[in-house]
Amino acid sequence: MDLQIALLLAQDGIVNGAIYALLALALVLVFAVTRVIFIPQGEFVAYGALTLASFQIGQTPGTLWLLMVLGVAVAALDAPALWRQGCRAGPKIYGLIGRQIAYPLVIAALVLGAQPKEWPMLLQVLLALAVVVPLGPQLYRVAYQPIAEAPVLILLIVSVALHLALVGLGLLFFGAEGSRTPAFSDASLEVGGLTISGQSLWVVGASLVLIVALYVFFERSLYGKALRATAINRAGARLMGISTTLAGKLSFLLAAAIGALSGILIAPLTTIYYDTGFLVGLKGFVGAIVGGLASYPVAAAGALLVGLLEAFSSFHASAFKEVIVFTLIIPVLVWRSLTTRHVEEEE
Amino acid sequence: MTSRHLLIVFVVLLGLGPLVLPEFYITLLNYIGLYALVALGLVLLTGVGGLTSFGQAAFVGLGAYATAALTTATDLPAWLLPLANPWGGLLAGLLVTAAVALLLGVLTLRLSGHYLPLGTIAWGISLYFLFGNLQFLGGHTGISGIPTLSIAGIELRDGRHYYYLIWAVLLAAVWLTHNLLDSRAGRAIRALKGGVVMAEAMGVDTARTKTIIFLIAALFACLSGWLYAHLQRFVNPTPFGLHIGIEYLFMAVIGGAAYVWGALVGAALITVLKQWLQDLLPQLFGATGNFEVIAFGLLMIVVLHRARDGLWPWLVRWLPEKSALAERHRDAPPLPRRPVPAVGSPLLEVKDAIKQFGGLVANDHMSLHVNAGEILALIGPNGAGKSTFFNLVTGVNPPTAGEVRFMGERVDGHTSRMIARMGMSRTFQHVRLLAGMTVLENVALGAHMRGKHGVPAAMLHLEREEEHCLLAEAARHCQRVGLGEHLQDAAGSLPLGKQRIVEIARALAADPCLLLLDEPAAGLRFMEKQALAELLKQLRAEGMGILLVEHDMEFVMDLADRVVVMEFGKKIAEGLPHAVQSDPAVIEAYLGGVE
Amino acid sequence: MKIARSLLATAVCTALAAPALADLNVGVVVSATGPAASLGIPEKNTIALMPTSIGGEKVNYIVLDDASDTTTAVKNTRKLLTEDKVDVIVGSTITPNSLAMIDIVAEAETPMISMAASARIVDTANPKVKWVFKTPQNDIQMSTAIVEHMTNAGVKTVAFIGFADAYGEGWYQEFSKIAEARKLKIVANERYNRADTSVTGQVLKVLAAKPDAVLIAGAGTPAALPQKALKEKGFKGAYYQTHGVANKDFLRVCGKDCEGTFLPAGPVLVAAQLPADNPIKKVALDYVGKYEAAHGKGSTSTFGAHAWDAGILLQNAVPLALKKGKPGSKEFKLALRDALEGLKNVTVSHGIVNMSAQDHLGFDQRARVMVQVVNGDWKLIQ
Repeated sequence: MDLQIALLLAQDGIVNGAIYALLALALVLVFAVTRVIFIPQGEFVAYGALTLASFQIGQTPGTLWLLMVLGVAVAALDAPALWRQGCRAGPKIYGLIGRQIAYPLVIAALVLGAQPKEWPMLLQVLLALAVVVPLGPQLYRVAYQPIAEAPVLILLIVSVALHLALVGLGLLFFGAEGSRTPAFSDASLEVGGLTISGQSLWVVGASLVLIVALYVFFERSLYGKALRATAINRAGARLMGISTTLAGKLSFLLAAAIGALSGILIAPLTTIYYDTGFLVGLKGFVGAIVGGLASYPVAAAGALLVGLLEAFSSFHASAFKEVIVFTLIIPVLVWRSLTTRHVEEEE
Repeated sequence: MTSRHLLIVFVVLLGLGPLVLPEFYITLLNYIGLYALVALGLVLLTGVGGLTSFGQAAFVGLGAYATAALTTATDLPAWLLPLANPWGGLLAGLLVTAAVALLLGVLTLRLSGHYLPLGTIAWGISLYFLFGNLQFLGGHTGISGIPTLSIAGIELRDGRHYYYLIWAVLLAAVWLTHNLLDSRAGRAIRALKGGVVMAEAMGVDTARTKTIIFLIAALFACLSGWLYAHLQRFVNPTPFGLHIGIEYLFMAVIGGAAYVWGALVGAALITVLKQWLQDLLPQLFGATGNFEVIAFGLLMIVVLHRARDGLWPWLVRWLPEKSALAERHRDAPPLPRRPVPAVGSPLLEVKDAIKQFGGLVANDHMSLHVNAGEILALIGPNGAGKSTFFNLVTGVNPPTAGEVRFMGERVDGHTSRMIARMGMSRTFQHVRLLAGMTVLENVALGAHMRGKHGVPAAMLHLEREEEHCLLAEAARHCQRVGLGEHLQDAAGSLPLGKQRIVEIARALAADPCLLLLDEPAAGLRFMEKQALAELLKQLRAEGMGILLVEHDMEFVMDLADRVVVMEFGKKIAEGLPHAVQSDPAVIEAYLGGVE
Repeated sequence: MKIARSLLATAVCTALAAPALADLNVGVVVSATGPAASLGIPEKNTIALMPTSIGGEKVNYIVLDDASDTTTAVKNTRKLLTEDKVDVIVGSTITPNSLAMIDIVAEAETPMISMAASARIVDTANPKVKWVFKTPQNDIQMSTAIVEHMTNAGVKTVAFIGFADAYGEGWYQEFSKIAEARKLKIVANERYNRADTSVTGQVLKVLAAKPDAVLIAGAGTPAALPQKALKEKGFKGAYYQTHGVANKDFLRVCGKDCEGTFLPAGPVLVAAQLPADNPIKKVALDYVGKYEAAHGKGSTSTFGAHAWDAGILLQNAVPLALKKGKPGSKEFKLALRDALEGLKNVTVSHGIVNMSAQDHLGFDQRARVMVQVVNGDWKLIQ
């Protein structure tokens, strides 16, 4: 292996690692706020990319129907409680209907009526996000909110069940074959004999921007601070008037946005399938765990590490790639486990 | 009709099954049996022991591959030839699985929190891809031509015959697990969920206990794999991947991860439900799409919303009341006691103990001593370092410098388990009981160190004599502290004050010579406090030393022989109760002096 | 109570009535979900197009999905045999599942027609294979075509990139055998997973070995990933794919990066380009026409055609077997097996079948053609 190859592998590792890092951040966020290990995170990657691909070939993505069905479901779940509040709840009811019924209808009208196939790429991306991202809080409302206080193991198993259902839906919506989308830019950069494609710069750049944006969001904005407070102490945050339900929905919104955007970013670099998300999400999960499901920078570093390990082992012994990556993770885990001061949880 | 009768009816029905049921039902029951065996291991490991594993499918794979490789290989070296049959395959599988489980256990069981589940995912995936990449294991394509099993000359080719083998193995495993959980070793396993600190303080070797349940779960999985290989007669990597590993966990949780029978219910529900969906959905939606997995996922979410502890506790509500626990232990002979140190002889001596957390000095040159037959009260405002001192003495967090002697022996640096064994028992400021276990069982956990029978004896219930003695001892201590009518109540159902008393009974069950009590009177009513004081006085009269941390001044002053006052990690006063009360430094510490 | 009783009665009646005795019951096991879904779905779709009566007997197709998992495949097979009392089993889609089913059908003395590739499925050294037939060409047949084409084109060294599963493994075994015999040197042997997002490491390894050509052994759109990566990194040699990629989605995803790629395939892929005197042309076009009428233009895949061919075999064999026994009887199943083994000169969409006791596939050279990707479409070159 010469330097040239090492550099190429490192570049590949960093691009993949950047995506894993984004997913790791989303997983840490969701876990810290809601204690849910969000296995379906990967499905948002696939849904985002495949929804965009559907627009580009002029098809109506199945995710649009999911958005409408879940909207009706959420409205049906929330309406009775608002109804009981009587006339005071008027504006809230309008808000609920606006978000869960009217919004999906507007999006559907856009998709079906305005021929997104002909749109510029940026608008297509925005439309894809507009379809996929609201699924996050909707799924939180339907699947997790009723059991928000359950033990972590139960929340995890619900995640698994949700993952199964979403993968099944993905197959139904998008078929078994994969899709690729055109690159955001065809430009490429020459650095010391190393060609770096424009798209990989996009991936790394967008990841960095997102990470910084998340940092600003958590440090500066009121909602960000509310999320952090919930993450640190759920009961305390509730006493301070922060709704854990709102925090949960907000974290799922962010996670869905990060997932869908990750998918859209890598769709020009690789082929995305209905079930791509699981392994990608799992590697993000590895990064998140290395970060102890608590520290954002360490999680990002862990995710980069996974990306690099993967790139180099696929060069040296491709058949054993997963064996190598996952075996090498174990000593890292042991090291992290021993160095993290573990405070015993009070039941 | 009692649960025992129901069990007999169930077993008889199982036995009659193959004579009346259509063949495909037998096929399904066979698979349910195989899955339930793996899920049973997970009940022990995850539901009871609190260790989540996604990797059980890999152990099933080890069991299946061991026998498949040995029974189909054509060019085995001579020394392996005696193993080239299903029984040799079983032995080899169990040995390989035990070795791998021990290795993985050493590596990953020390992982805390979420590192452990990820660790199991990691080795689960590694083993799966290893199966696929080793040519002598048939690669990704698999090994075919695995022979059928024969027992006593009967070839188990027919599913109906195989059925009896699978269910005999499963029921035996259920019986063994049930026995295990209802024993001294079982209480140690259940104690894992109460946290390492508590379990170690009761003398439970938590690392060893974790390894043991990990091993048992792995061996159950291996056994299931062996049965699978000879039923299927074909082995390839797909049934041993991460997805299936997750599914096993799924079965355990849906059925009720904390209950032995939950494994069976979960395996049955998931297997039957999938079959049912496969039959039903094409009729509803036509044959074009694949809706099974979607419907399955959604149904599982609904089930978890409705029954988050799984289906077993939900089913049990329809079963007859559990018959009152047989009180056979009432006549059991008392356990031998440790020699009581002479009144006034030194028990605990702490000299210049320092505990630092980074730059923070939590205990600074603390010195005190407790003699046999006296009550020493340790008081001080919140944050003075009393709990740190408790942890330092009991070995939870050893001192940075200084000396701790117990019964004349240096114990700083000893683990809390070793110190507990020497006769020091404690209670916790935040109650650490196992809420789901009865009061009697919680207290019996305190007597853990006074028994010696291990897991094998417990699984076969060969240790009933000792078990009765332990329970009798626990019952005596419950009576003594006034919990006689609560023996069979779940500890979590008692009010907090009473739970503190359960902790004292648990500490006493260890037959200690020094008792460390962390705020025992908090949450007690006046009468209860008086009863507690009475009890402590009695214990003192029997020659026990007691170190007491308490905020209730009246309680302390009435009871203690001597008092030590701490503030900011330092001892600021020591002496007789009344002398300490009038000490200006103490008054300042409590009332706040002029800065 | 009354309702419960009548419900029970209905349930019992349906349970008893399920396998209508006189009908011919065909059990189908396909991998319609899981990793092999892109192969299994067209097969499942094809079953719906099959004739509903053969030789005057009504045919019931009972289709079950095995989720690309061997345990489920075996469970489904047992269900079809014991509950639905099928006369013949078609399936499964992939090799491990088909291998796992052999023991079960042999014990139940029911013929089975596999739709998976490996020659091991019909290796007649195993006496149980007496009951097993298959419709897809053996990997070895396809490998020979590739090696022949390579040596003719002057290729001396070749790199292999395949799926890290039974498909890639089977191909490597067959391909390396023939390559060795023909003095073709394999300079790299790399694997990747279907769902991998990057194959940079494997591609760099291949480039470092400087082969004249590269063979990519993957099925469906995932096979495009290594090719695109190789193009991007500037590999100038010849590209070969396997017949696993033969569907329109592959062309859609691979785009201009796949121009000039060679692959062996069943003639059905280029049915319209076959010479008019080729008897396969009519049969293949018939299938393509039916499938596209139901699922849209350009939707056919050669995998669906394997299921179709299984149907053609049945249409030829069942009338013979009907003379010996009633469907549902032991005699009928044995007769059906004998009839399948005796099939001669049956034209199917992938070739012409001549079965024998030693050959339960029955294909010859006519069952494969070399195809090149030209202008984003398949072009017959041989």
